[in-house]
Amino acid sequence: MRTFKIGGVHPHDKKIASDCPIEQFPIQSKAYLPLSQHIGAPAQAVVAVGDKVLVGQLIAQAGGFVSSPIHSSVSGTVSAIGPVKDFTGRAIPTITIDVEGDEWDPSIDRSPDIVRECALEPKEIIAKISAMGVVGLGGASFPTHVKLSPPPGKKAECLIINGAECEPYLTSDYRLLIEHPEEIVIGATIMMKALGVKRGYIAIEENKPEAIALLTKTAASYEGVEVVKLRKKYPQGGEKQLIDAVTGRRVPSMGLPIDAGAVVQNVGTSFAVYEAVQKNKPLFEGVVTVTGDCVKNRGNWLLRAGTPYQALLDSAGELPVGALKLISGGPMMGRTIVNPEGPTVKSTSALLVLTAEQTSRQKETGCIRCGKCIDACPMGLEPYLLNKLARLGRYDEMEALKIADCIECGCCLYSCPAYMPLLDNIRIAKAEVIKRIRARAVQK
Amino acid sequence: MSNIILITIVTMSVLGIILAMVLYLVAKKFKVEEDPRIDIIEATMPGANCGGCGFAGCRDFATACVKAGSLEGKFCPVGGNAVMKIVGEKLGLQVEEKAPSIAVVRCNGNCDVRPRTSIYDGSSSCRVSASLYNGDTDCAFGCLGLGDCEAACPFDSIKINRTTGLPEVNPDTCTACGSCVSACPKQVIELRPKGPKDRRLFVACRNKDKGGVARKACTNACIGCKKCEKVCNFEAISVTDNLAYIDPAKCRLCRKCAAECPTGAIHEVNFPPRPPKPAAAPASPAAPAAPAAPATETLKKEE
Repeated sequence: MRTFKIGGVHPHDKKIASDCPIEQFPIQSKAYLPLSQHIGAPAQAVVAVGDKVLVGQLIAQAGGFVSSPIHSSVSGTVSAIGPVKDFTGRAIPTITIDVEGDEWDPSIDRSPDIVRECALEPKEIIAKISAMGVVGLGGASFPTHVKLSPPPGKKAECLIINGAECEPYLTSDYRLLIEHPEEIVIGATIMMKALGVKRGYIAIEENKPEAIALLTKTAASYEGVEVVKLRKKYPQGGEKQLIDAVTGRRVPSMGLPIDAGAVVQNVGTSFAVYEAVQKNKPLFEGVVTVTGDCVKNRGNWLLRAGTPYQALLDSAGELPVGALKLISGGPMMGRTIVNPEGPTVKSTSALLVLTAEQTSRQKETGCIRCGKCIDACPMGLEPYLLNKLARLGRYDEMEALKIADCIECGCCLYSCPAYMPLLDNIRIAKAEVIKRIRARAVQK
Repeated sequence: MSNIILITIVTMSVLGIILAMVLYLVAKKFKVEEDPRIDIIEATMPGANCGGCGFAGCRDFATACVKAGSLEGKFCPVGGNAVMKIVGEKLGLQVEEKAPSIAVVRCNGNCDVRPRTSIYDGSSSCRVSASLYNGDTDCAFGCLGLGDCEAACPFDSIKINRTTGLPEVNPDTCTACGSCVSACPKQVIELRPKGPKDRRLFVACRNKDKGGVARKACTNACIGCKKCEKVCNFEAISVTDNLAYIDPAKCRLCRKCAAECPTGAIHEVNFPPRPPKPAAAPASPAAPAAPAAPATETLKKEE
């Protein structure tokens, strides 16, 4: 069985919500749609306060090439355009919509029939994906059309659909694979056509045997699509790790997946591409897992973007008394929710509720040079050394030690027996090093 | 046996003498000429190597002073005017006098007035906390209280007060080197002139939210009401982004603004206590003039 070669850890997978089928989450009275739901330039609002909007209507256009438009996830009246606090407590420009009914844009095909044929040319496919606001749903929300347009001189050789879902607790991708296998395979073939590649892999970890069996059966009738079974290891869902696991190639330092001839897209993105291209449906909803050991009503919800996390939390049922940690995303790479009134975005994958005991950090002690972090680092870095240099602010040395290659997966922190805040310090230093590298590039 | 000892001693001695001569000749031949004044200047420096002057330590600063041939823009904040005067005398250069500065903490959101809205359980560092979110209160601008300034101070003169959760500067040992200023991710600490008789006035708040939002997060916050701006006779106060700032160059320390501030965000340091307000007067309509007299008396006594 294949997996990536360097590093990695084995956290308990805790897929406790995997048996909950995907259900439509009730629409709330207000939707908050931030103008920046993706990496890149924020979108620019094209509606004004008081405008009536329909579900799926364009409300903000892309602010550049590396940007993505925003579509309304509800029907109703635009009540405000201005700063609203997101889940981290930062006020960001947001379009607020008062919900009235659930009226869809008539151009969206809402029938359950599967559309298999795609007659569009590659360029038209990419333009449509861009217009429908599809972004990567694996976590980073990178606009999909940018990934599907390799820079000149570089050629993609294969497409990899990421169904690894290596983060513990998360089950949204798994449910999509089980419930919409054919749509995902069609989405993959559409992206293969857009890229002009003949080979497509759907990579799934061994802890999802039903999904592997089902997808293998479905993919058999589509040429060039192959299902790859991977050994369970975190962070297999990282682009560079997945390419290594599936093709055996390594992405060079500071390089992009395209340098290894591969383009990686998430299962959710593949489904969104299918809906965008075949059903004319913009990306405004996605599957969100509500889970946690203390959560009574776990679920996988089809959730409209812009729903406050509080509504999801209310759906979770009675929660234990005392301080809880709410995480948007998985426990390894997710971000803590400070303001539950903050809205979800189109790439939100999960609301994870952990108790204080589960998240309490042990007191930090000194580094004992055991080297566990070096063994765990999937990028082959030396986290203990980077941590030390980060505290001293020695940026040139950190750059030479390839700190910019860090994928912030947290394996070092997870494996450290001295509970050192390795990733916390490395993340800040990495941002500073990248800033310096960019400043140098601008000077040149 | 004694022969061996003798041979050893002789060989080692001869070898030692030859190598010493080689070393001596090499040292003479490749001697690095260095301005002797650098050593002299370095000896007069405080030797804290804090980097407050903008150079990498005291020797680097001394080298820069000697090489530049002018002391313009060079100032050791730790040694202050006294040390700079000696440096100027030794180099025969003009020294510009600078008013002594001190670090001030521009946040007064202590634990009582700024309620915690979440529990931060990450790494105990302001820098890490600030990179993750807005802090464990609703104020996105205030002190995080995790002590990066305390760790950065080379003189042990800034300490987090555990009851208020805010850093406090020891005015006797603070040298205004600026280590805490650059360590604070929220730009809460500022270097301000010490002021005559160590008296200074400053807005102890950084909150740029609108008044209502700021007040909700912290009752001591500047709400941008502009009362201080209006009352100031010297145009020293400006309110931008809902936050007042007192320009130390224009401020004459009249304290009108501090009396006017509705939230107590303007802090006055080392001023004599204010005379008790004759505000009780209208409270008793029967004898309006009577309470005013004792008030003036106490004022006279204080003077």
